[in-house]
Amino acid sequence: MIFSDLFEETIFSMSSNKSRSALTILGIVIGIASVIALISVGQGTSKGITDRIESLGTNLLVVMPGQQRQAGNIVRGGMGSSQTLTLEDAEAIKTGVTDITAVAPTVSARKQVAVKGKNTNTSIYGIDTSYFGIKNIEMELGAQITDQQIKSRAKVAVLGPTTRDDLFDVEANPVGQKIKISGQEFTVIGVTKAKGGTGMGSSDDLIYIPLATAQQYIIGNQSISNINIQVSSADLMSFVQAQVQELLLQRHRIADATQADFSIMNQADMLSAMSSVADTLTLLLAAIAGISLLVGGIGIMNMMLTTVTERTREIGLRKSLGATSNDISSQFLAESVSLTFIGGIIGIIVGWGASLLIGKLGSLTTVITLWSVLLSVGVSTLVGVVFGYYPSRRAAKLDPIDALRYQ
Amino acid sequence: MIKCEKITKSYFVGGTRTSVLKDVSFEIGEGEYVAIMGPSGSGKSTLMHILGALDRPTSGQYFLDGKNVFDLSEEEMAAIRSEKIGFVFQSFNLLPRSTVLRNVILPLIYNGHVPKATRRAKAEKALNAVGLETDQWTHLSNQLSGGQMQRVAIARALINDPSIILADEPTGNLDSKTGAVVLDTFQKLNKESGHTVILITHDKHVAEHAKRIIEIKDGEIISDSPC
Repeated sequence: MIFSDLFEETIFSMSSNKSRSALTILGIVIGIASVIALISVGQGTSKGITDRIESLGTNLLVVMPGQQRQAGNIVRGGMGSSQTLTLEDAEAIKTGVTDITAVAPTVSARKQVAVKGKNTNTSIYGIDTSYFGIKNIEMELGAQITDQQIKSRAKVAVLGPTTRDDLFDVEANPVGQKIKISGQEFTVIGVTKAKGGTGMGSSDDLIYIPLATAQQYIIGNQSISNINIQVSSADLMSFVQAQVQELLLQRHRIADATQADFSIMNQADMLSAMSSVADTLTLLLAAIAGISLLVGGIGIMNMMLTTVTERTREIGLRKSLGATSNDISSQFLAESVSLTFIGGIIGIIVGWGASLLIGKLGSLTTVITLWSVLLSVGVSTLVGVVFGYYPSRRAAKLDPIDALRYQ
Repeated sequence: MIKCEKITKSYFVGGTRTSVLKDVSFEIGEGEYVAIMGPSGSGKSTLMHILGALDRPTSGQYFLDGKNVFDLSEEEMAAIRSEKIGFVFQSFNLLPRSTVLRNVILPLIYNGHVPKATRRAKAEKALNAVGLETDQWTHLSNQLSGGQMQRVAIARALINDPSIILADEPTGNLDSKTGAVVLDTFQKLNKESGHTVILITHDKHVAEHAKRIIEIKDGEIISDSPC
């Protein structure tokens, strides 16, 4: 039997029972569409997490102070509560560690900020000039903090866009206006561009002021809250982390690394931890969608078995006309594979549409990847082969004499 | 062309052996028109299945064009059915919702030796041979009358230019008038085109259309005579 005949017979057979073929295809469409849509949600979530972490800066190590430890005191403070990191530590890292592109020490505190009757509680970040570069922060309005302003402990502030909206009007230009932080008057010199994201780690809801100004007027001491280190390449993250660890242990005169009064957060570690959570989510969603695909496959098998029974006489006739068992089985197999293939193609389109809709209407990000499309086509065709095989063998094994007598 | 030597077909049902055909031997030459006649249960259908390479005898030899069908594989038997045998059934067995032409061409898709381009011409030749009017060729098979349907089935049996046409009660579902038209068609095919026709029937009047009658009863040939 040549391919074009097989194709024509398949088309004819499917179109001779249109509604049943359509319903069977629908089962596969739902299965494939949910695979595509749910994987796109999973992938979107994963990409969202990655983007968010990377928006905080690339190839970043963050040194944070450890727990406060006092002689004879068994009460331990929270992580980051001690004041063990200093500007000198940051300087030492800058000069003593290789393969780093920038070091930015910061101090931070939450303070009440007021302006003409409005006020808000937000994070105040004391930064130096390298900070914006490391964190990929761009300016929407005005200027960045300069070296001169840091040295002179100028009372100037750069606002995050959310803070600007809270203190002034939405989208207002506050450059040149005065705000009060902890009773001190600061002049607004700029507003940063929105980076998206809310809650912890948002770089939109805060106020940047010069590092030295923060130490003197806001914190009241010379300690720093953390040191951001940008590594020159992603491969060198662990290497640089080890160097920083060693250097700080030495500087703080600590022999045992487990007793360190600081901790180093590796952005790559955080990224892979978060990504693995997202991957698990994707897998879970795909598994749920896979179940509906399985149900669709059982639908195919059910329909094919019904067709074989219905067409028993026809199978007997075809055999008496010279069809071999292989001819018969390939005809039924071709039909089930065609049903799932068509279902797969429509399913991809529907799933694509659904994921665009989810992305538009919901707050979820969706990403359709080539592999999820290829996987769906592959899986749906495989479903056709697997669930079509048994009915097609059953048809092929029919005895032509019995089949011709079948009523 | 057909040579049957001591063909026996038995079934084992619940431990007892039932012989449907017992040592049946006969020969049919090319261009003959033979009726195999017998009452129901006589074994004539089983004999037809063996002659049509749909079944194998339990013992004995069946030679078709010098080939021993008993020795053939499933695939080779399918090839024999495709190339050497044309079946005509009592209940026509046409594909419903398909045109006459599609029904007639159907055996060709299982015959790899016939090029696709020649199919239409072969179908037209077969349909002309059974005398079906051209305007009916594109009709759906279930829109035809019984006599027309059976003639389409005969055209389908002819399309591979088979050695024998095996007709199993071809007039069983037809009234006597349309039955006569079908029997005339067989006669014409035999007389004018020299086709070998084997007619299986229980009806003496139908059998009398043939040139030779083999009568079978309880699995044995009781008479074999020209008429």
